[in-house]
Amino acid sequence: MLNNVKREIPKTIPGFGDVIPFKGVWQHMPMIHTAPVSLVPSGKGTVKKLHSIEQALDACELKDGMTVSFHHHLRNGDGVLNQVMEAIDARGLKDIHVAASSLFPVHAPLVSLMEKGTVTRITANYMLGPVAEAISNGKLTYPVVMQTHGGRARAIEVGDLSVDVAFIAAPACDLAGNLNGVEGPSACGSLGYAVPDAHYAKRVVAVTDHLVPYPANPIEISQEWVDFIVEVDSIGDPEGIVSGSTRLTRDPLGLNIARKAAQAIEASGLLVDGFSFQTGAGGVSLAVAAYVREIMRQKKIKGSFASGGITGYMVDMLEEGLFRSLLDVQCFDLQAVNSYKQNPAHQFMSASMYGNPHNRGAVVNQLDVMILGATEIDTDFNVNVTTGSTGIIMGGSGGHSDTAAGSKLAIVTTQLLRGRLPIIRDKVTTVTTPGESVDLLVTERGIAVNPRRKDLEEKLNEAGIPTTSIHQLKQMAEERAGTPDPVAFEERIVGVVEYRDGTVIDVIRQQKQHFK
Amino acid sequence: MKGLRRSMLFVPGNHPGMIQNADIYGSDSIIFDLEDAVSLQEKDSARLLVKHALRKIDFGETERVVRINPLDTGCGTQDLKMMVAAGPDALMIPKATARRLIEADLMVGEIEAALGGNRQPLAFIPIIESAVAVEEINELLKASSRIVAALLGGEDLTADLGIQRTKAGDELLYARSRVAMACCACGVDAIDTPYADTMDDEGLAKDTAKGKTVGFTGKAAIHPLQIEVIHRVYAPSEAEIHEARQIIRAMKQAEREGKGAVAVDGRMVDAPIILRAEKLLQQAKAMGVHDMTDNVNGGA
Repeated sequence: MLNNVKREIPKTIPGFGDVIPFKGVWQHMPMIHTAPVSLVPSGKGTVKKLHSIEQALDACELKDGMTVSFHHHLRNGDGVLNQVMEAIDARGLKDIHVAASSLFPVHAPLVSLMEKGTVTRITANYMLGPVAEAISNGKLTYPVVMQTHGGRARAIEVGDLSVDVAFIAAPACDLAGNLNGVEGPSACGSLGYAVPDAHYAKRVVAVTDHLVPYPANPIEISQEWVDFIVEVDSIGDPEGIVSGSTRLTRDPLGLNIARKAAQAIEASGLLVDGFSFQTGAGGVSLAVAAYVREIMRQKKIKGSFASGGITGYMVDMLEEGLFRSLLDVQCFDLQAVNSYKQNPAHQFMSASMYGNPHNRGAVVNQLDVMILGATEIDTDFNVNVTTGSTGIIMGGSGGHSDTAAGSKLAIVTTQLLRGRLPIIRDKVTTVTTPGESVDLLVTERGIAVNPRRKDLEEKLNEAGIPTTSIHQLKQMAEERAGTPDPVAFEERIVGVVEYRDGTVIDVIRQQKQHFK
Repeated sequence: MKGLRRSMLFVPGNHPGMIQNADIYGSDSIIFDLEDAVSLQEKDSARLLVKHALRKIDFGETERVVRINPLDTGCGTQDLKMMVAAGPDALMIPKATARRLIEADLMVGEIEAALGGNRQPLAFIPIIESAVAVEEINELLKASSRIVAALLGGEDLTADLGIQRTKAGDELLYARSRVAMACCACGVDAIDTPYADTMDDEGLAKDTAKGKTVGFTGKAAIHPLQIEVIHRVYAPSEAEIHEARQIIRAMKQAEREGKGAVAVDGRMVDAPIILRAEKLLQQAKAMGVHDMTDNVNGGA
């Protein structure tokens, strides 16, 4: 059957089950019943600290076929997922479902566990590296489920993603299970993505390398959610967790695009007192922030909040008084970690508060402007950030679809040509974010407004900002670089792309091997 | 609007990614470099790349210049042969002397004649980068009618002189003044040497202003982010734009009334002043000061 973004989706996908096809942004809004949580009460005098991960597996009665979950705040420095999976492998468990909010190159040992059948299911919001490549090459028994940050929180809260044991990497933890991300050798700041797991998993194990006296201060995830505590030598490599500082790009192409995006934001009429803003940590995104900052200074605009993954650059804007508050689901650098620790205006938010479409209202719905990237964008403004030009998984929505849907103005910034590859296509290889939720495309050779947003086009033109059609931009790129052939795939489905509301927006098929 | 040369951006001739995007940064000219930016083993591939780029890619209003290798090398002659056929707007000729420019003029003339057709004669932009070239600058600029501008090459010139190139650039004062003066005398654009530190916008602005003060009409850039700084320095001021508007209005009114002489505020205005006013408004338009220039045209 064809879904709302004209993708052919099977009614049932083996290993995934029955499919609800994507119906459109904000079209699937059922009455919600959150999942019941079964728990084992801890009475007075209960000792939660266990000796080892192995002992935690016993205490949680982990069995074949169960689901274990992990958060990705330690990013490519994470040591917890690999330690837990090694212990699971050592006891010969099979058919384990790994529900990690994101997977990075450091998680490469999962590949051999996939090949052995220890791991047969994976759910993630973003993945990059050997695991993603192995999945694209058909090495996982069942299709990977790619979610969004808000969609994962939704899935856990309603029981679509039922977690048996959540292993929560805890940079600091006390003996009752209160934990935070701001202390210890692996401090990473906000632990926003771990909250749904802590609240809804049947068993919760905090894995820490930094035990602190009771009570931990601050408390991000509190003791009533934590069953067990395991102390290990190290939960991660600080080098891979947060960068020292985030530097602004000097890339002239990126700056050219960023300046155009900032001018469009100014012309949109949204850049007034109370302005709210989110952008990623990439070069162009930060450069947009730099130009927006300049406009805010000149016009003496005081914004309400910036949100999402937070960088030192956003911290500077907060401290300069350009925003009243930061809402932080994840810290990207040490400056953000320190600010989060010390500044009460730098506030915590959980993954659900950030982007869950089926709670009583998420932060993304308050966003004025969101800056997004794209691996590909098609002439219907659908965006792919899941698969690369060869069809291999090398990303995922993360918060892309959530913020696009919620914000008043969702801007995709991208080069028209990356290397020699045109980015605008007739059809994207994989739909991650529906074009319905994307308002504007900004490239080095021009700006295209989604035809749904005539109002926006008028505002830009009134401000003297020329616009063009996405078809014309596509033609400009193809005149220079030619038209790329579509990527060839095998029939087998290796991934299901879930929209944030749990409907299926696309599937990923196995990469065709040209050089066997 | 070819003709303005406030900024000329060097783009390595062996870098496809930079070539395909060379026109988006707003420089008045792009210089595809086959010389210093390209190592010896890549000379032939760069030559082919630039040839195809010139033939296939529409760079819009941006002037397309190719810096070839010195003509006393084999590479230089091969560059010249292929580039004349590829049809850029101008050739930039390094290590220029009067004698070499006469030779180049003859060679290009022969190639153009052999290619046939109704060709615009290919323009030359010599690089003044030796003591000899500075001292024979007047003769050099008259060596070929193809010359439309000259670029001062500060790095090679100071090397020739055996002196240090500094950020302050005092060592170039004589050469700058002499080249700018000669270019003005010969009616060609004077392009100032590029500023080497691509991270120092303030230093670039000062250096650019120094060149403008002694009569340069533009400056070469070695990084796209230098263009905006250069344009800012070479931008006409509001007072200059206002005066130019008045001159053009007066000129158009005189035309309508059939008067030969043009006067602004009781002061007679002659042809070179009108030409300068037109050029200045052209610059203003290139800088995005649309309203003022449009008013002039619309009000005529």
